[in-house]
Amino acid sequence: MSHDIHMHEATAHSNEGYAAHHDHDHHEQHFITKYIFSQDHKTIAKQFLITGIFWAVIGALMSVFFRLQLGFPNENFPIMEKFLGEWAKGGKLSPEFYYALVTMHGTILVFFVLTAGLSGTFANLLIPLQVGARDMASPFMNMLSYWFFFIAGVVMFISLFVQTGPASGGWTTYPPLSALKEASLGSGVGMDLWLVSMALFVVSSLLGGLNYISTILNMRTKGMYMNRMPLTVWALLFTAILGVLSFPVVLSGFILLIFDRNFGTSFYLSEIFIGGKALPHIGGSAILYQHLFWFLGHPEVYIIMLPGMGMASEVLSNHSRKPIFGYTAMLISMIGITVLAFLVWAHHMFVTGMSPFLGSIFVLLTLLIAIPSAVKVFNWLTTIWRANIRFTVPMMFALGFVSLFISGGLTGIFLGNSALDIHLHDTYFVVAHFHIVMGVSAFFGMFAGIYQWYPKMFGRFMNNTLGYIHFFITFIGAYLIFWPMHYEGVAGMPRRYYDYSAWESFKQFEGLNSFISIVVVIVFFGQLVFVINFFVSIFRGRKVTEQNPWGATSLEWTTPINPGHGNWPGEIPEVHRWAYDYKDDGNGNDFIPQTTPLAPGEHEDAH
Amino acid sequence: MAQATAANAERKVWSGGRSPFNVSYGKMMMWFFLLSDAFTFGSFLISYGTTRFFSAVWPDPNKVFHAFPFMGEANLPLLFVSLMTFILIMSSVTMVLAVHAGHYGDRKGVIKWLLFTIIGGICFLSCQAWEWTHLSHQGAWWGSFTDINTAKETFEHFFNSKTIDNPAFKTGAGLQATHDFYNYFFTITGFHGGHVLSGVVFLIIALINTVNGTYDKRGHYEMIEKIGLYWHFVDLVWVFVFTCFYLL
Repeated sequence: MSHDIHMHEATAHSNEGYAAHHDHDHHEQHFITKYIFSQDHKTIAKQFLITGIFWAVIGALMSVFFRLQLGFPNENFPIMEKFLGEWAKGGKLSPEFYYALVTMHGTILVFFVLTAGLSGTFANLLIPLQVGARDMASPFMNMLSYWFFFIAGVVMFISLFVQTGPASGGWTTYPPLSALKEASLGSGVGMDLWLVSMALFVVSSLLGGLNYISTILNMRTKGMYMNRMPLTVWALLFTAILGVLSFPVVLSGFILLIFDRNFGTSFYLSEIFIGGKALPHIGGSAILYQHLFWFLGHPEVYIIMLPGMGMASEVLSNHSRKPIFGYTAMLISMIGITVLAFLVWAHHMFVTGMSPFLGSIFVLLTLLIAIPSAVKVFNWLTTIWRANIRFTVPMMFALGFVSLFISGGLTGIFLGNSALDIHLHDTYFVVAHFHIVMGVSAFFGMFAGIYQWYPKMFGRFMNNTLGYIHFFITFIGAYLIFWPMHYEGVAGMPRRYYDYSAWESFKQFEGLNSFISIVVVIVFFGQLVFVINFFVSIFRGRKVTEQNPWGATSLEWTTPINPGHGNWPGEIPEVHRWAYDYKDDGNGNDFIPQTTPLAPGEHEDAH
Repeated sequence: MAQATAANAERKVWSGGRSPFNVSYGKMMMWFFLLSDAFTFGSFLISYGTTRFFSAVWPDPNKVFHAFPFMGEANLPLLFVSLMTFILIMSSVTMVLAVHAGHYGDRKGVIKWLLFTIIGGICFLSCQAWEWTHLSHQGAWWGSFTDINTAKETFEHFFNSKTIDNPAFKTGAGLQATHDFYNYFFTITGFHGGHVLSGVVFLIIALINTVNGTYDKRGHYEMIEKIGLYWHFVDLVWVFVFTCFYLL
C-alpha cells in the first residue's frame, strides 16, 4: 500500500516539475540545447521530419537513376557520372551499382523515411499535443531515439561511398548473398555497414516506441479517456506496439547474420561452393533468415501504414466537417490489423518450398486482413459521404491516400493467394502492389499530415498553389508509374533485372518502360516543389493568425500558435468530449472542441 | 448500487490525469522493454529449436556438460550448471530483498542486498567464463567442427552411445550437429551473459548512487525496482536457456 501512495507522489511530482520548469523557461536557451540536443518533442519531431526529407530526396534520386537505366537501357546519361562517378562511367550505370541502388532505395525509403521519418515525426509531434501532455514520458530517451537514428543514417550514408559500394543484395538482405563477403561487391564492407546501421536503427525505434506507448497510456490529461483520443493517437499507439514487438526479432536475425559473416558459424549457410571450392559452412538454413526477417518485415508494412491511416482519418473528418464514421469500428479494425500483422509473415515466402498446407493457413490469415482494411475504407468513404468537403491541400492528400490504399489493397488479394503467387512472385506485379499500397499511399498519409500540421510546427502555412501542384503531379504520376507495372508483372516480367532488352518476351515493354521512367523524372521534380515549399515556407510562409486555423476539435489547437517547451502556458486543459464532435455548437460553429464542457442536458455522443 | 460504483471506479482508472496501472512511466517502459527483449530471446531459441529439429542427431547435454572445476575427469553431469543456476536464482532473491528494503527507505539494507546481488551476478559470470574456457579447450567455439576430415574422436564424446551407433551420425550428421550446437550455445548463452553483465553494471551504478544518497534525496528507490525487474527477467530467461541447452 505504502508503495502505491509513494508512486502517486512520484507521478504528481514529475508533473509539477514540468510546470515549474516551464515557468522558469523564459531565459534564453542556448542554440545547441534548443535546436540540436533538444528534448522538446516538437523540435525532435522536426528533426525527424527534416532528416526524413533528406533521405527521401536521396532515395528518390536513386530511383531516378535506376529508372533511367530500365527505361533507356541503350542510352548514356552523362549526368549520372557526375553523381555516381566510377559507378556510371560514361553515363552508363554499372550492373553492380544498379543492384546497390535498388537495395539502398528500398532500405532508405522503408526504414529511414517511412518508419523513422513518418512515425518519428508524427508520434513525437502529435502524441503529447493530442493527449494533453507537457512532453514525452522521457524527453531524454526521446532525444536519444533521434540521435541513434541520426547515427544510423550517418553509417548508412558512409556506406554509399565505400569503394566496393553499399549493400546490394536487396533491401531484405537474404543470405547467402548477405552472409558471404565474397558473394558480390556489396556483400563486403557495404553489408557490414548496413548491419551496423540497422542495429542502431532498431535501438532508435525501440527507444522511441517505448516512449510513445508509455506517454499514451500514462500521460493523458484529465478527461482524456482512451475512447476520446483522436484516431491518430490510437494509430501511433499500435504502430509503436508493432515496432516494439517486431524489431527485436529482426535484431536477433541480424545478430546471427553477423556471426555467419564474421565468426564462421553456419546459421544460414549450408554446403556452398564458390569457384569450385567448398566453403566451411554446414547445416544452416537460408530460409531461417527469411522467417526472422519477415516476422519484422510484415508488421513493418503496418508500421508504415498505420500512421497514415490515423492521420487520414483525422484530416478527412476535419475537412469534411463531420464526425469520423465508425470510431469504434476503426479501433477494432486497427486492433485486428495489429494482431494479424504478426500472423501472416510467411506469405512473403510461398515459393520457398514451404508446405502447401502451411501455405494455405497463411493464405487464410492474409486474406482476413482484407476485412479490417475494408472496414476502414468504407468508414472513410462514409465519413466524406454527403459532407461539406473543404478541398484543402491536406484533404486532397487524404483523399489520395484512400484512393491509393484501395487500388493497392485490391492487388494484395491476388498476391495473398499462394497459387496465384507462384506466377506473380518476384514480378513487377509485386513491385506495383507494394509501391502503391505502402509506398505512395503511406507518403500521401504523410503529406496530408505535413500540410495539416505544418501550421502547428512552424506557425506558418505552406504555399497552397504549390501544394495543389504537388498533389496533382504526385497523384497522377503515381498511377501512371505503377499502374502499367501490373500488366508487365502479369506478363511475367521479373523484378530486379538490370536490362530487359535481352529478353524476347519483354521487348514489347520497351516503350512502356521508357514511359514509366519519364514519369518518374517528372514526379521527382514534383517532389522538389514540395521540398522547396517546405523549406521556404518556414521563413516566408503566410503566418498563422488564429489559434485553430482548421476549425479542429483536438487539443493541439488549444496551444498557443507557437507553443513553447511544455506546450500550454498555464494548466493543461481538461477534456470533456470525444475528438470528433463536428456539429452545431449553438453559436454558429460547426465543431465543438474537446475542451468544451458538455452543455446541461447534453449527452456525449455514443460512438 | 455497489455495481455502479465499481463501474465508475473502473471508468476513473482510464479517465486520464493519472496512470491507469498505477505505475510510473519508467516502470512501464521497463515492462515494455522486457517484452521486446523477450521477443529477441524467443527468436533465438526458436531458431535453435528449428535447427535442432531438422538435425538427425544432437549432442547429449549429459555428455557435454559433465565437468566441474578442480574435479579433473570426474563425471558429474549437469552439476556445475545446477550450481550456476542456483547462484543466479539466489541473486534474484537478494534482489527482491534489496527492492523490499528500498520500499522502506532502508539505505543500509539496500546497500547490503545490492552487494549480495552483484556478487551473485559476478559469480554467475565467472562460472560461465569457466565453462566456456573448458569447452574451448575441447575444441568448441563459434565456427568450430566444420572440416569434414575432423577425427571422429574429437567430437564423439559429446554424444551418447545410442546416437553414435546411428548410421546418420557416421555420414557427417555428427559433425554438423556439433557445429550447430556450439554455434547456438555460444551465441545464446553469450547474449544472455551480456545481459547479466550489463545488469551487473547497472547494479553497481545503483549501488554507488545508493551510497551517495541519491535515492534518499529523490525520496524513493524506484530505480532499484526497475533494475530489479530487469534482473528477474534475465533470471527468467536463463530458466529457458537452461532448459533448452541443458535439459532437453
